[in-house]
Amino acid sequence: MEKTVNNKAWFMVLPVLLLVAFTAVIPLMTVVNYAFQDSFGNNQFFWVGIEWFQELLASERFHDALVRNLIFSFTILAIEIPLGIGIALCMPKKGWGVPVCLVLMALPLLVPWNVVGTIWQVFGRADIGLLGYFLNSLGINYNYTQDPVAAWATVIVMDVWHWTSLVVLLCYAGLVSIPEAYYQAARIDGASRWAVFRYIQLPKMHSVLLIAVLLRFMDSFMIYTEPFVVTGGGPGNSTTFLSIDLVKMAIGQFDLGPAAAMSLVYFLIILLFSWVFYTVMNNAGTEKKQYAGEE
Amino acid sequence: MSTTTGTAAIDQGVAAGGQAPRSRTRAKAQRTGSRYSFLVPTLYITFLMLPIYWLFNMSLKTNQEILSKFTLWPDEPTLANYMVIFTDPSWYSGYINSITYVALNTVISVAVALPAAYAFSRYKFLGDKHLFFWLLTNRMAPPAVFALPFFQLYSAFGLIDTHIAVALAHCLFNVPLAVWILEGFMSGVPKEIDETAYIDGYSFPKFFGKIFMPLIASGIGVAAFFCFMFSWVELLIARTLTTTAAKPIAATMTRTVSASGMDWGVLAAAGILTIIPGALVIYFVRNYIAKGFALGRV
Repeated sequence: MEKTVNNKAWFMVLPVLLLVAFTAVIPLMTVVNYAFQDSFGNNQFFWVGIEWFQELLASERFHDALVRNLIFSFTILAIEIPLGIGIALCMPKKGWGVPVCLVLMALPLLVPWNVVGTIWQVFGRADIGLLGYFLNSLGINYNYTQDPVAAWATVIVMDVWHWTSLVVLLCYAGLVSIPEAYYQAARIDGASRWAVFRYIQLPKMHSVLLIAVLLRFMDSFMIYTEPFVVTGGGPGNSTTFLSIDLVKMAIGQFDLGPAAAMSLVYFLIILLFSWVFYTVMNNAGTEKKQYAGEE
Repeated sequence: MSTTTGTAAIDQGVAAGGQAPRSRTRAKAQRTGSRYSFLVPTLYITFLMLPIYWLFNMSLKTNQEILSKFTLWPDEPTLANYMVIFTDPSWYSGYINSITYVALNTVISVAVALPAAYAFSRYKFLGDKHLFFWLLTNRMAPPAVFALPFFQLYSAFGLIDTHIAVALAHCLFNVPLAVWILEGFMSGVPKEIDETAYIDGYSFPKFFGKIFMPLIASGIGVAAFFCFMFSWVELLIARTLTTTAAKPIAATMTRTVSASGMDWGVLAAAGILTIIPGALVIYFVRNYIAKGFALGRV
């Protein structure tokens, strides 16, 4: 669509701008302020320059949390994306099954995040939980509060439970937008199931898959509540992700300076990903338009 | 690009093939393929429902039964756990608090996002792309980064422990999301409609309210749904900004440890009750939910 140049449109954006300035810019300025200062209490602050950043970037604690978080994000992506595509492909296209599937699948997305944690905390317990009881009666020693491997497995399965539906719904939205004529043509050409997937369905899901990958990546990079409720970041530090570490530092130990420095670095990492997300999505949009123009 | 050529080839196939008769064997093969395909969603939904069922199962048991024996369904179903929640004000006020700030947030977010989304979808203006990107970064901001500064900011305004504080704080991620979704839906409405309305003598507010809003009604519904959803599930910020008077239900749940140990039954019942509002709103937007998750861009 051709857009008219009109700088008065700024007035329409103004309410959003003021609101977001209040909820985002002012708090962010506070963080920046703390990141360069130190305090001995009594509201006395003095300038320390980039000391906190040097300390942070050299600290093993930050490296470990970052690495853990990256491993976690890539693991859940590797599971959720193929699984989500597979399920979306098998979903019914019409009939009573569609609303049933959509409503039931979307349900985990609307469970408050700490309740997701509670559900899995209960479900995985060896004494009162179905999963824990079942695994232990099979002879597998499963205890997520003591065994780091079990804790990781629980957190990952929980995230798959919680968010795979997002991928499914996105892929499904992409799939139902494919006109029936494409499938008819493929049948006439004698295309195999794989060819249909590779040359019709996958290209059509391209843009929604991008949204899915990047949303999942970023949200898993900020995960806090669910693992905090289930494992509390433990056993030891084995499931302490960036957000958990940050809250521990800021609210638990009240180390404002280092916590603020970490917030900024954390935010910059996310900002970088957002930028990649935005660029990639915009390019995908232009490609689509060019293609539509050719037709 | 190889994908483009692939689809283009198929387009040619449509043109050339037309209504040619189908190969019978292939049609049969496809049917047997789809006969078992219902198994995959069924298994997946079972996997989704099991933990929820387990919580539901627990909510109908007494604490004694939960701890003493392992049963797949309650021996003597009891609603006692739910009665605790409905009769104790410290429990049910949690629900009222949550619903109050979620509703406030949804109204604020959609109201400010509507004109902004219209501006982004219709006009080019100085810095529009940068502004749009900046809004997106706020959706991506980790709540953990904002927890502490929010506490200090709202303390300074004396807003701690009020519903409006949580509603405003949740605008951090909901306003950008609402702008995004609405912009996606609005771009789907042809611009000729706006122009025709102006020629017919409609003023802008009248056009917006009487013609444009009904056209994107589903988009507004989806945006409201997503604002509801993300405000409802968020806890870190909501808990940081409240102490008692506006405490969300999800935070109330963390205090079920009593002198006699964990009160599992009540915890489970409270959990089940937090799932119900979500299930209700999903039902209303079920036909648009997929498009909404794609930010209106399918």
